[in-house]
Amino acid sequence: MQDKERIAKRAAEEVSEGQVINLGIGIPTLIKKYLPDGQGILVQSENGILGMGNVCEAGTENRNLVDAGAAYVTTEKGAAFFDTITSFTMIRGGRIDITFLGTLEVSAEGDLANWTIPGKATPGIGGGMELAQKAKKVIVTTTHCSKDGSAKILPKCTMPLTAKGCVSMIITELAVIKITPDGPVLVELAEGATKEQVISKTEAELIIPEGELKRF
Amino acid sequence: MASKLISAKEAVSHIKEGMTVLVGGFGIPGTPVHLVYALHDAGTKGLTLVKNDANEKDLGVGKLIASGQIDSLISSHIGLNSEAVAKMNSGEIKVDLYPQGILAEKLRTAGAGLIAFISDIGIDTPIADSREKITVNGVKGMIETALYGDVALVHAAVADIYGNCRFTGSAYNFNPVMAMAGRRVIVEAEEIVQPGGIHHDDIHLQSAFVDHVVKIPENAPDYGVLKHHAR
Repeated sequence: MQDKERIAKRAAEEVSEGQVINLGIGIPTLIKKYLPDGQGILVQSENGILGMGNVCEAGTENRNLVDAGAAYVTTEKGAAFFDTITSFTMIRGGRIDITFLGTLEVSAEGDLANWTIPGKATPGIGGGMELAQKAKKVIVTTTHCSKDGSAKILPKCTMPLTAKGCVSMIITELAVIKITPDGPVLVELAEGATKEQVISKTEAELIIPEGELKRF
Repeated sequence: MASKLISAKEAVSHIKEGMTVLVGGFGIPGTPVHLVYALHDAGTKGLTLVKNDANEKDLGVGKLIASGQIDSLISSHIGLNSEAVAKMNSGEIKVDLYPQGILAEKLRTAGAGLIAFISDIGIDTPIADSREKITVNGVKGMIETALYGDVALVHAAVADIYGNCRFTGSAYNFNPVMAMAGRRVIVEAEEIVQPGGIHHDDIHLQSAFVDHVVKIPENAPDYGVLKHHAR
């Protein structure tokens, strides 16, 4: 299984029956297809959809219905449409159980930095700050390192923050890491990954439990 | 009440040099493309544009950015428009970026006749640097001020000739709040009906917020399924 699919599949296991979730751009959008059917899980899209379905098959698109990344999507039974004010009342008001976000950096204390690379790219803020700060739970789904191989999981973020102390879990192609008051704890390893490999690719100091870890 | 139907050309003639123009839409859905292209044809310059995004290069409000009609852009995310990003980076266009829901709430505040609101969104980030801080009930927040527009351009699925509107799908988005925050509000609609043609229960934006209604012609370009975003 490809790295990104492995991350998405593991992330889907965090979602419980009846929850409302929001999926960020990138790896998070892959999570939808791994969610179990018939459990009343609703995907919220900040452009005004509760109960978003999948990306449309060719030829079935509705010009008035896209996700937050501009892909044409379907809706599920029980879906609702609304305006931006309502959408962000849902988001800031704490109606989102889990938001899955990608990231540039995440710190040992759960600080998230994912909206700007100073001097290089600031395409915008979007809904990310509000989701990161106000969703009940923030799970980061990301490749363990950047494309250039540098660590993303750091003692402190070097880039401007999106929100402070918001992240509770990080899921990568190598590991599942929980952010706790004592620090980041390595709780699961991907098939084929080793503790040493995860430690060497993580700049934040990880808490490593004794013995065999659960695999995903 | 008299009909508010006018032509797109007449509608955008109310937009004068230096004005702030509010435009609905999130991507193409909900973007009043027909009115935007009429404004492009009118050539009015020195505008401040308020929109969630900058559409894409040469598409939607991307045409106004390409033509140099926009001096200042107030937005949430412009990443899909490479030209807008380039003009921001070169300083050709001044760009102010806000968290999406805060941008909407600044407009709602203006539309609701209020001065400002207090928010803690971005309090631990660089966006807090330019905001006045205030502590209320022991919680630290920032003052976010109302954002008005001289003219608002809105896209509706259906409008009656008095300006009552119904939206559809994800094209709802910023349209109602842009209308509320605009001093003069122009609605384009895919379908125009007589009063009563939209059931009272189904009206999403009420005629009191709307000054003009424009019918989108059948052959109007670019408000359709974009092949490059389809499978």
